[in-house]
Amino acid sequence: MAHAAESNYPTPAILQEVKPAVLPRATLVENNRSFGWVTDKICGIIEGKTPTWWWVCFVLAAMVASFTIAGLIYLVATGVGVWGHANPVNWAWDIVNFVFWIGIGHAGTLISAILCLLRQKWRTSINRAAEAMTIFAVVCAAIFPVFHVGRVWFAWYLFPIPSANSIWQNFRSPLEWDVFAVSTYGTVSVLFWYVGLIPDLAILRDRFTAAGNRLRGFLYGIFAMGWRGSNRHWSNYEMAYLILAGIATPLVLSVHTIVSFDFAVSLIPGWHTTIFPPYFVAGAIFSGFGMVLTLMLPLRAIYGLEDLITQYHIDCMCKITLATGTIVGYAYGMEFFIAWYGANPYEGFAFINRAFGQYAWAYWIMITCNVLTPQFFWFKSIRRNTALVWVLSIFVNVGMWFERFVIIVTSLARDFVPSSWGYYSPSVVEIFTFFGTFGVFSVLFLLFIRFLPVMPMAEIKAVMPQGDPHGHPASASGHGNHGAH
Amino acid sequence: MAAQPYGLVAVFDTAPDIYHAAERVRDAGYKFWDCITPCPVHGLDRAMGVRRSRVPRISLMGGILGFTTGMLLIYFTDAYDYPLIVGGKPFFSPMFAFPVSYELTILFTAFATIGGMFILNGLPMHYHPVLKSNHILRGLDDKFLVVIEARDPKFNLNATRALLENIGGKEITELEA
Repeated sequence: MAHAAESNYPTPAILQEVKPAVLPRATLVENNRSFGWVTDKICGIIEGKTPTWWWVCFVLAAMVASFTIAGLIYLVATGVGVWGHANPVNWAWDIVNFVFWIGIGHAGTLISAILCLLRQKWRTSINRAAEAMTIFAVVCAAIFPVFHVGRVWFAWYLFPIPSANSIWQNFRSPLEWDVFAVSTYGTVSVLFWYVGLIPDLAILRDRFTAAGNRLRGFLYGIFAMGWRGSNRHWSNYEMAYLILAGIATPLVLSVHTIVSFDFAVSLIPGWHTTIFPPYFVAGAIFSGFGMVLTLMLPLRAIYGLEDLITQYHIDCMCKITLATGTIVGYAYGMEFFIAWYGANPYEGFAFINRAFGQYAWAYWIMITCNVLTPQFFWFKSIRRNTALVWVLSIFVNVGMWFERFVIIVTSLARDFVPSSWGYYSPSVVEIFTFFGTFGVFSVLFLLFIRFLPVMPMAEIKAVMPQGDPHGHPASASGHGNHGAH
Repeated sequence: MAAQPYGLVAVFDTAPDIYHAAERVRDAGYKFWDCITPCPVHGLDRAMGVRRSRVPRISLMGGILGFTTGMLLIYFTDAYDYPLIVGGKPFFSPMFAFPVSYELTILFTAFATIGGMFILNGLPMHYHPVLKSNHILRGLDDKFLVVIEARDPKFNLNATRALLENIGGKEITELEA
């Protein structure tokens, strides 16, 4: 109502004179598609016959996942010594992999929560898959610390559950904070994802029931909770979604902050720095967007979703990757500066050692992938080359894994006393276990794209011109007066 | 009374149509009625006269409960039930208790928000007259529906049908109770 009144105001005379440029809003759904097209397109992915490529990928992914399962069985049966950790490097690939996977998850929450609060409407077509990615990444991340505890059947000691030992967890330790941060993150990510799924599950329930597939209609129906698109429900739903976005934002920032506390609260040179929390958060979002691009570009090509994931979406994702990658590059530089400026000989040595010591190869892989790779995204011609963007996104993933490796291993291998220096190499078991997590992740992601809507239909409809009750034509200007509501 | 339908349903094609129809139904004084839309329609709450959602109050309670739980849990375990000297640090301090309490605040708020949303919406409700209608498939896909319930004091089969026709509703049908 209010906007109708606003648009009746006469145009100020000054605007007639200066004629400010009217910038068109980017179209979020191209080719002027209808609501029905969106529903059919996204439900069609689930309703159609299982494609052959899906089975091929699924079998391959399951085979890769078996490496993790075999590695873990071997570890439990033998002992945690089957991994390559030994004094002085007692944290190695397990924690590297844990931080790597947790970081990947962060882009999902960024897209679903932070971009929601910032009213970035382009998030709608990628948020569902990105949130799924978050959950599956947390699953992969959780494997490593849980099995690193050694006797995994005592992993419940991590939680304050009364036991016959009477003793409690040490809440003064950042590792215990991490237990709460990661488990909260996993839980809230699942809840957020599920709430977003409810209206879409209701569509699937009704479509499968109407098509005569009562079993699948029933199964989707259970999880749809009897959703019926009532506006009285949407009102509470929208509010709940906004609050979830509002709390998931500090959550995602706090999770990687607390992960960085695992290092920053210790006294090891190269870890004990205040730059860690923001630097870890930026790195997490950087790696997560790398993974979102890695996953979404093939999905877009296979399912012909170019009208929903437009070039504009790819541009936005590339630009965020560029921005966060540059922040990460700045953090690398700043670490060196502070190591010099702080005049602590141990700190100074740790950084010289990173760049020119025994692990220099890892350091320079990290610099190349994380600092140089995203700079290509300055160029429109590169952002428009989907295959190249995909390849660059893989470099980002590789680079961010090496970042965690460099941080964790170089600092431990060369700490204060030269007599305790060492060199760490991973064991075969450890390499296979990590390799397998890509299979675990892919299996889960393939199941997701087969059985659940890969895009939030209701949210996409809400940002389409047909969803606007004030009848603005597609991608016209004049949306500006909506901002305040 | 047994033959009384649950209500009347009318179909609208576009978001502006339902927006204006909702304003008309609201102004006609109906209380027990609803719009069925495939997506949240901007401003429809006000057009329907739906008041602001009360979910935030429940969320706030969840958040306060979560923070308190965190602080009390850490005080109880580390400073009261089994105090243990670790690194000469105090048994309890709100500083080191903060990260865990912060996470529990978020966790409890999330559960309260979602639980509150379900309770206020009366969900799960797997059987509902609206879900039995043939229109629901389109109402979640690309049409917009108005449902006026028979229990509304102003409901009158003919007058209400006339109102729905008047505001541009199509395919007006009775919903089985």
